[in-house]
Amino acid sequence: MPEASPILNAPAIQRALTRIAHEIAEHNEVSSDVVLIGIQRPGVPLARRLGTLLSGIWGQQVPTGSLDVSMHRDDLDQRAAPNVQPTEIPFDVTGKTVVLVDDVLFSGRTTRAAMDALNDFGRPKRIQLAVLVDRGHRELPIKADFVGKNVPTAMNEVVAVHLTEMGAVDEVVIERGKAR
Amino acid sequence: MSWNRKHLLDIESLTPEEIVTVLDTARAFRAVGERAIKKVPALRGKTVINLFVEPSTRTRISFELSEQRLSADIINFTAEASSLKKGETLRDTARNLEALNADFIVIRHSASGAPHFLARVINASIINAGDGAHEHPTQALLDVFTIREKKGKVEGLNVTILGDILYSRVARSNIWALTKLGAKVTLCGPSTLVPRVFEQMGCRVTYDVEEAIRDADIINLLRIQHERQRKTMFPSLGEYATLFGLNKERLKRAKPEALIMHPGPINRGVEIDSEIADCARSLILEQVTNGLAIRMAVLFLVNGGKGPQEIAAKR
Repeated sequence: MPEASPILNAPAIQRALTRIAHEIAEHNEVSSDVVLIGIQRPGVPLARRLGTLLSGIWGQQVPTGSLDVSMHRDDLDQRAAPNVQPTEIPFDVTGKTVVLVDDVLFSGRTTRAAMDALNDFGRPKRIQLAVLVDRGHRELPIKADFVGKNVPTAMNEVVAVHLTEMGAVDEVVIERGKAR
Repeated sequence: MSWNRKHLLDIESLTPEEIVTVLDTARAFRAVGERAIKKVPALRGKTVINLFVEPSTRTRISFELSEQRLSADIINFTAEASSLKKGETLRDTARNLEALNADFIVIRHSASGAPHFLARVINASIINAGDGAHEHPTQALLDVFTIREKKGKVEGLNVTILGDILYSRVARSNIWALTKLGAKVTLCGPSTLVPRVFEQMGCRVTYDVEEAIRDADIINLLRIQHERQRKTMFPSLGEYATLFGLNKERLKRAKPEALIMHPGPINRGVEIDSEIADCARSLILEQVTNGLAIRMAVLFLVNGGKGPQEIAAKR
């Protein structure tokens, strides 16, 4: 059994998301230009939570969508086919500021795939990246605009984000001794 | 997620979980077809060979478009234009295609088991696009996908397959897929074309068409395959239409929510009346659209299904 130690508990996740929401509001003056797109799977409930928080700050609804990047991955012939989740972007992204939301930023390859996938839906004015945890070990020149918590990790560790929307208790844990 | 297969050769060997994996994956690919940009890079740089030794138009076009939407490179081989006409064996043809570094071979062949044979002799992923009277797995997958999307489930539904069962690979693949997912399958048609031996596959066989459609949630009509039949199987197309064709009068005996399917090409006035084929309860054109999503999903899944050892070796 791999050893698991907690990084963020439920109130800490809530605080991190609240701070990210305020940072998004601070960085984007024209609130009507901002849309949130969560990367399947844990990014989607996180994007919805950020959407609710931002709606409270701005006093208006923030459009929220979901994006599955499976078809745009660069390792499709090196692994079993990933489980494809729905992509639902019920608004036009052209000319918008798209905030991509993911749970953990690691190699950066998911973010690259997400930016490629987003191209098929339009031409955003800009793309920003919000993540709950940045664990380092980037393999591509990608940097998050909004980070909940920076966590130094080893390659053989796994950062797991559990959320109530996915049938668990809100928690971020680091599991040691697991292969990537 | 349960898919670890390099080939799609038949439905018989699939587990219910594997079938559901294809259906779930296909739902995401159907959404791709509804976008302004209907193309994803999942098979970029991969080569697909469509080896259609037996003539086919709609299945080949459906596979071609699916492959293009996955960004694969495509070569089409047809029986008329290939060296098979000059006496080359299937094995030699396939080995030549493999020498072109094909990653996938989609094969339609008049001999049952031809795709299984290819899977044994060459390294590419093989997808069965119909082999003789044996199986047509992607057709069955798109049929159960269409049923699940329309009815919300497959388990517990009454599905009646009406027509030429004996010579139909579509019927065999559908029977496997439907029974694995828990549907109740009834077969009906002229007794010469619906032998009782199909009861061993877990189906009910009846020769009374009105009884066959009375409790059906889905009526799947199969084409009378003139080209595969000896002339003695039933007296005439006119008699078939009278005894088994689906017309307005006959459809009144079915439940009002019963839906009608047909793998195409339809013979208007034989197995189906024109006004039924074009009515709101007909899913025929939806089946065509869903066929693209299913074929994209299958190609996407077998691309990843190299087996755990092979994947580990690459790391």
